[in-house]
Amino acid sequence: MRKFIKEKGVVMPLDRANVDTDFIIPKQFLKSIKRSGFGVNLFDEQRYLDKGEPDSDNSQRPLNPDFVLNQPRYQNAAILLTRDNFGCGSSREHAPWALDDYGFRAILAPSFADIFFNNCFKNGLLPIVLDRALIAGLFEEVTANAGYQLEIDLQEQSIVKPDGTSINFEVDEFCRHSLMNGLDDIGLTLEDAAAIQAFETQWRGQAPWYFTTPENS
Amino acid sequence: MKARTLYDKIWDAHLVKQRDNGTALLYIDRHLIHEVTSPQAFEGLRLAGRRLWRKDANFATPDHNIPTTSAERRQGLAGIKDPVSKLQVHTLDENCKKFNIFELKMNDERQGIVHVVGPEQGATLPGMTIVCGDSHTSTHGALGALAHGIGTSEVEHVLATQCLIQKKAKNMLVRVNGRLMPGVTAKDMVLAIIGKIGTAGGTGYTIEFGGEAIAALSIEGRMTICNMAIEAGARAGLVAVDDTTLNYIKGRPFAPKGELWDQAVVAWKTLVTDDAAKFDQLVELQAEEIEPQVTWGTSPEMVASITGSIPDPALELDAIKRGNIQQALKYMGLEGGTAIQDIKLDCIFIGSCTNSRIEDLREAARIVDGKRVADSIEMALVVPGSGLVKKQAEAEGLDVIFKNAGLEWREPGCSMCLAMNADQLGAGKHCASTSNRNFEGRQGSGARTHLVSPAMAAAAAIHGHFVDVRHLA
Ligand code: SF4
Repeated sequence: MRKFIKEKGVVMPLDRANVDTDFIIPKQFLKSIKRSGFGVNLFDEQRYLDKGEPDSDNSQRPLNPDFVLNQPRYQNAAILLTRDNFGCGSSREHAPWALDDYGFRAILAPSFADIFFNNCFKNGLLPIVLDRALIAGLFEEVTANAGYQLEIDLQEQSIVKPDGTSINFEVDEFCRHSLMNGLDDIGLTLEDAAAIQAFETQWRGQAPWYFTTPENS
Repeated sequence: MKARTLYDKIWDAHLVKQRDNGTALLYIDRHLIHEVTSPQAFEGLRLAGRRLWRKDANFATPDHNIPTTSAERRQGLAGIKDPVSKLQVHTLDENCKKFNIFELKMNDERQGIVHVVGPEQGATLPGMTIVCGDSHTSTHGALGALAHGIGTSEVEHVLATQCLIQKKAKNMLVRVNGRLMPGVTAKDMVLAIIGKIGTAGGTGYTIEFGGEAIAALSIEGRMTICNMAIEAGARAGLVAVDDTTLNYIKGRPFAPKGELWDQAVVAWKTLVTDDAAKFDQLVELQAEEIEPQVTWGTSPEMVASITGSIPDPALELDAIKRGNIQQALKYMGLEGGTAIQDIKLDCIFIGSCTNSRIEDLREAARIVDGKRVADSIEMALVVPGSGLVKKQAEAEGLDVIFKNAGLEWREPGCSMCLAMNADQLGAGKHCASTSNRNFEGRQGSGARTHLVSPAMAAAAAIHGHFVDVRHLA
């Protein structure tokens, strides 16, 4: 996993609440058995004027000029600013894969849906929860200033604004550590293999009915 | 011992290790697998050269991509026209073969939507921890299991370690007192709950559903409720174990038998919240006050009673909420202030892991029996949740009732709940759907979904617009 230590980039405002994972990456792209290449279909339904399919040549498709992602001032944005309950709906990890593949590194919102929030950390993306008023303030600043950038420092847990002032944010210690070091969860868990084994043996004794199959029940 | 909630008890029993950093390793008893969210996980396992931790904890079935017409189904894999979908289903078969995982293949009579099939096979048992790369895994909480939806990285994590890294959620109790009125169902109850607490109301919580009205529900009804816990923001929903639960499970293929069953029952009877246990949050509803519900917008919380109307955005004082309503109405092609009964429909979808079980089909059949679908309805699908539900329905003659009324009787799968297969709703079309999500584009690009109960969908099929099912004979 890619490390996240300090990231600076253009902020793109997506002024909607309850952005769901179908909105982030429509279902037809979930048919892929790969993990990469979803960036061109990020926000597909809003981003293009036609309907995209997994085999579409995206470079030939008509862009929706009104969608924020297509506006010149937000090209190469790395930070997504949005509203409440971002990432609700399906558990598809294709949503963070698409955001990451496009080039987003962090998402700022007043709240996130649970599974999406969790999935972000597994993919080197940093979701940051900020107070609703702070988010509203950022929306105003971003829209008023073309090229508006923020610098996110995970070590310091701070977001530095263009005027040099900063906002502090909270992040789960385990997630922070994993992101900063690009750690693989599975490797970490397998260090506890003996504990898992011991638990399993005890559990099999205590609740053997959870280990039955049609053949042995 | 400290009084504990049902969630606390299942959590404690599965705790492998509490780490210093606040996270916990939770042991997983059952891992359900479908074709969409698993290929990258198996691939990851292979690339890292890791082994599958415990083969017999896994249970797979393809559901999202498979066609639902009999003609296509008869051809097996070859019947999946879209090559990308076909490869995904084929990849699941291959992975299950390679890792020796139990799979109900596409043409197995027992195949179906994973959340219908798991309980049906007894692969879902009280007190288990269950995960699946699918947000509606919350469904299984109806049997007193702690069931979470997970992402693909976590699917790989569970395959490799049989554990999940978790932080304990807070406890919420949603208590529904009293009794539902005739014509009002579990679906209406859960939509009313979401309408009350909002789609983010349960975020960070595990919701236990309790009270007289929940206890009175069948397991099918409880599954409908827990299924949509995720739509209220909660990753897991739970219902305490009672005789209804035990009666449902007894004799199912994966369930323990004989002496083991007796022992299990003793343990399962403790799977209730202690009287003195404290919840972090309590929400109460009165069942008698719940009317049939219909969603009018693009989020399940945008819901109204059948006797109500669509809110007028001009009357909303909060600017953000007003904007959300306007955006939703624009997408839905509806005007604020319109009576719910005046919403006209083009399509009907009865199916999905929320409402495709035998009881749901019986409800719908009862309404359409002897009647005809309105001329204005272009498509009306009934998609059973599993091959066994289909078989049961056919044994009861429900298929004939549906067909005589002009509805199509299909093969089991997710179908138009998410429209990943060929069952898609056209742009601008309004669909009365028994599924769980009315998001933009969910049932097809530009398609407009209204979430309702099976009875309400059936009534809408006959009339071409929403009607109050309580007033139908
Ligand atoms: S029926 Fe719908 S919600 Fe349920 S698993 Fe299938 S796609 Fe998901």
